[in-house]
Amino acid sequence: MTDYSGGGDAPVLEIRNLYKSFGALKATDDVSLTLMPGEIHALIGPNGAGKSTLIRQICGEFEPDHGSVHFLGNDLKNSGVADRAQLGLGRTFQISSLALEFSALRNVMLAVQSTSGSSFKFFKPVMKDQPLVDAAMSFLGKVEMQSRANVPAAELSHGERRKLEMAIALALKPKAFVLDEPMAGMGPEGSKALTGFLSDLRHQAPILLVEHDMDAVFALADRISVLVYGQIIASGTVDEIRGNSVVRTAYLGEDA
Amino acid sequence: MLNYSRETILNTVLTLLLLGIPFAALAIDEPFYVTLATRVTIFALAGVGLNFALGLGGLISFGHAAFFGLGGYAVGILASHALNYEPLMSSPFEIEGTTQMVILWGVAMIVSGLAALIIGLFSLRTSGVYFIMITLAFAQMIYYFAISWPAYGGEDGLPIYVRNGFPGVNTLVPINFFMISFGVLMLAILLVAVLRNSRFGAALQAARQNEDRLSAVGIKPFYIRLAAFVISAMITGLAGALFADLNRFVSPSMLSWHTSGEIMVFVILGGVGRLFGPVAGAALFILFEFIFGGLTEHWMFFLGLVLLAVVLFARGGLIGTIAGKVRYD
Repeated sequence: MTDYSGGGDAPVLEIRNLYKSFGALKATDDVSLTLMPGEIHALIGPNGAGKSTLIRQICGEFEPDHGSVHFLGNDLKNSGVADRAQLGLGRTFQISSLALEFSALRNVMLAVQSTSGSSFKFFKPVMKDQPLVDAAMSFLGKVEMQSRANVPAAELSHGERRKLEMAIALALKPKAFVLDEPMAGMGPEGSKALTGFLSDLRHQAPILLVEHDMDAVFALADRISVLVYGQIIASGTVDEIRGNSVVRTAYLGEDA
Repeated sequence: MLNYSRETILNTVLTLLLLGIPFAALAIDEPFYVTLATRVTIFALAGVGLNFALGLGGLISFGHAAFFGLGGYAVGILASHALNYEPLMSSPFEIEGTTQMVILWGVAMIVSGLAALIIGLFSLRTSGVYFIMITLAFAQMIYYFAISWPAYGGEDGLPIYVRNGFPGVNTLVPINFFMISFGVLMLAILLVAVLRNSRFGAALQAARQNEDRLSAVGIKPFYIRLAAFVISAMITGLAGALFADLNRFVSPSMLSWHTSGEIMVFVILGGVGRLFGPVAGAALFILFEFIFGGLTEHWMFFLGLVLLAVVLFARGGLIGTIAGKVRYD
């Protein structure tokens, strides 16, 4: 048995030589990266660098042309989006993706019901399933959304939806988080709060973090990989990336 | 909460009206209205089936006539064998026909459910307009099969000489048959209400709202939808079984795309996704047919106008217009 619980040196998530093209565009061009237990690995890069395409291959929405994604030692080749979530890949979307007619609570309950027993239970009303409701409520509490539990997702503010996305990801009790721009549109206050939150979250499960907010990335990341035109041009610690002249000209700009 | 109680009141009124009208008709010695109310009840049941897939699951099936017709033919075929004292098959083991409604309903539901399982396995891999077209295509295949199969009447349909039996009830008395149909309708609505609030119902409604979200939490939309499609078909198949007994006749027209369209009209007129929507819709449809059908044979034209108005201005149908949007607790 390989130890994935933290502290070990087997990667939780490992991407090997991934390729994906759309016509002549090489969106993912020989990308390899690992996510180690207990770490935050940030993936940065300019718009159009192929970050989202890479995330979608990791989560199973896109099939890579070549290469493989391994999670907890399993090759995910034949696993769909739902299979990967069941295996413990907890993902948030760049643009909030929620069941908009359902309340915040019911959105989280959906994740809880997926991880605790079957969804093919036909008779017991979910709202009377107290353990299910309580568990969902506790995850809402972790993102300070308990007071908004009964508000339909469609009526939540942008920031609240981002928090709800996070609560749903937490409810999956994942073995790794894949967070696609969680800071987007959060404002300085929100970003700061979320930075503190993510910093603690890494002890629960490692995080692959796609983010544009450089302050957050530099504050959080144990390692940073820089993606440009579908290729990882540099990978290293915060200081290494800050000092890398190729990265500075390609992406960070002179004042970074 | 106001909306909720308003819908509950409306549902109660609809139920009492549907239950009261046949008895009032008997009191004023107009037995024809009993049959009319039975038609409303059975059409509503067919709509309840479609509404489960369409309203809760967002599955716009344009092939539910297949299940309605298969339910009808299951009854017609088994009853004709029983009445002619011919076993349905004799080897390797003998299967006799039957005239017991309860058994016939079971067979109708199993046949419709199996058909939905096969149709669903193919059609549910698509979505949107492709799903509509594939469900339509399957239903038309069954329709043409029924037309060209002479053993059970082909184009002429299949008569059922005596209405099938129900333990302890004389089903030939119209009000008795109405009560049986009404009971089945209420049970089906109760079942849908229970399913809607269950884990399965939550997943099904999430699949309609945002299937990417459902997948991302680890629930596969395909299997949820497939199960819903089968349950939906079984309810509509049961309606077909009752319809066969109401008319004591099954014909290929039960399987035609007109029937699929009509079932969808019940759902849309009454209110997509509302528990009693198909009851309201079927009642409006039959009323329309009865009132305008007496004035002009082009009553469908006017129904079309009403449908257009509902789709453009009153999306929630009758129930949605009166009770407002659905709110989840």
